[in-house]
Amino acid sequence: MIYLDNAATSWPKPPGVADAMVRFLRDVGASPGRSGHALANEAERIRLDAREAVAELLGLRNPLRVVFTANATAALNLVLHGLLTPGAHVVISGMEHNAVMRPLRSLETGGAAVTIVPCGADGALTAADIEEYLRPTTRLLVVNHASNVCGTVQPVGEIAALARRHGIALLVDAAQTGGCRPIDVTGDGIDLLAFSGHKGLLGPTGTGGLVIHEDFDIDRLPALIQGGTGSRSEHERQPDFLPDKYEAGTPNIVGLAGLAAGVRFVLERGVEAIRRHEQDLTGRLLAGLREIAGVRILGPQDAGQRAAVVSFTVAGRASSDVAYELEQRFGVLCRPGLHCAPLAHRTLGTLPGGTVRFAPGLFNTVEQIAAAVDAVREVAGAATHG
Amino acid sequence: MAELAVILVHSTSHAIAAERVLKRAGLEVKLVPTPRHLSSNCGSAVRIPARDGAVCEQLLQAAGVPVDRIELLSERKRGQEPFSEKGS
Ligand SMILES: Cc1ncc(COP(=O)(O)O)c(C=O)c1O
Repeated sequence: MIYLDNAATSWPKPPGVADAMVRFLRDVGASPGRSGHALANEAERIRLDAREAVAELLGLRNPLRVVFTANATAALNLVLHGLLTPGAHVVISGMEHNAVMRPLRSLETGGAAVTIVPCGADGALTAADIEEYLRPTTRLLVVNHASNVCGTVQPVGEIAALARRHGIALLVDAAQTGGCRPIDVTGDGIDLLAFSGHKGLLGPTGTGGLVIHEDFDIDRLPALIQGGTGSRSEHERQPDFLPDKYEAGTPNIVGLAGLAAGVRFVLERGVEAIRRHEQDLTGRLLAGLREIAGVRILGPQDAGQRAAVVSFTVAGRASSDVAYELEQRFGVLCRPGLHCAPLAHRTLGTLPGGTVRFAPGLFNTVEQIAAAVDAVREVAGAATHG
Repeated sequence: MAELAVILVHSTSHAIAAERVLKRAGLEVKLVPTPRHLSSNCGSAVRIPARDGAVCEQLLQAAGVPVDRIELLSERKRGQEPFSEKGS
């Protein structure tokens, strides 16, 4: 079996991830923030381990400014619903995921205004492209760091500088880049960054969060979910400090135990080494697929300009049929269709049929990539020869 | 016995973060239940030798760990409300 669906969720995980989760369930098990007994404190230490690892990975000095949520979607919703009051204007790229689009379409009916900045045919954008769309009412800028459809990487440093110059908050969707490309929230001046814990950070599903820059005043951002935090229990109002403000309810500590181990693995391996490996695999995929008649590759042609995500179409074949045949005949697991990102597919001109997506990860090998390319050649050959 | 103090915080997340920052700095710290006569904000507090109060405050401020306040634990109060040691 060849798993090429790492853009959805990475697999396999480093062995330390499952070990940490088992250890938590077996030896700790308690809920942090409440009770104050030894096991509750140990659970809080595990959560702090996860915060510290994520802060180090994403370039944040204070781990208490890492907030955990169920996934990147929940973190994106927290910011969008919190900042976009009626009348507020938001500018987004033409490559956003439905985790951004769906909340925005809903907020639009409540009086927020949404502007989509068109991207190039390969999905790329510059800060200059964005600037002309800013208005006096623009409250927020949202950019998908790397496309989950075709891997296009946006220049977030440059975009953050633009946002700062105009005094507009920037929200970066780093679901596809966390753990796979260097990210420096502090150095780049990114106000808010949403991450998935279960992709490049190598943690389990059900983990993700929001990273909040030191300069961002959290009084501007109300809590979307309110409830018990264990702190200030005598108050009926949500705490106004980090991280409790955004972490109501019993947290997924078993998941965070795994996440801490996943991120530690990434830090030990080194993000730059991971990026090189994934870029090598991506380059091989691009080179191999390009040679196959009837195959069209979307997005940047250079592996250096994309995350490890390659989308393609096969002439005369539906993407779902191609994916099904790749799995049934060759054991290649990938994802066909629209990848929860119809806007990105509109930008790329691949609506409504979508594409076949190969997303290699840290644990894929050069041999697996060669076998996957051979499998596509077989499938595409059958398509062109009848 | 050396005079003791407690660092009062808003939440367990801050208590554990404070414990870690101060332990890494080589200070003598212990997680304790917050003495009820001092605060009801958070169930846990960080006990330190009173002489380290100023340096703890500086370290926590530099690390961005919010502190409610630091209180001396007088012998008399300790006598009134004994608190057990736990955690760490
Ligand atoms: C670009 C992008 N944004 C957001 C998400 C949502 O992430 P999550 O599944 O962690 O909510 C994904 C992946 O599913 C994604 O690829």
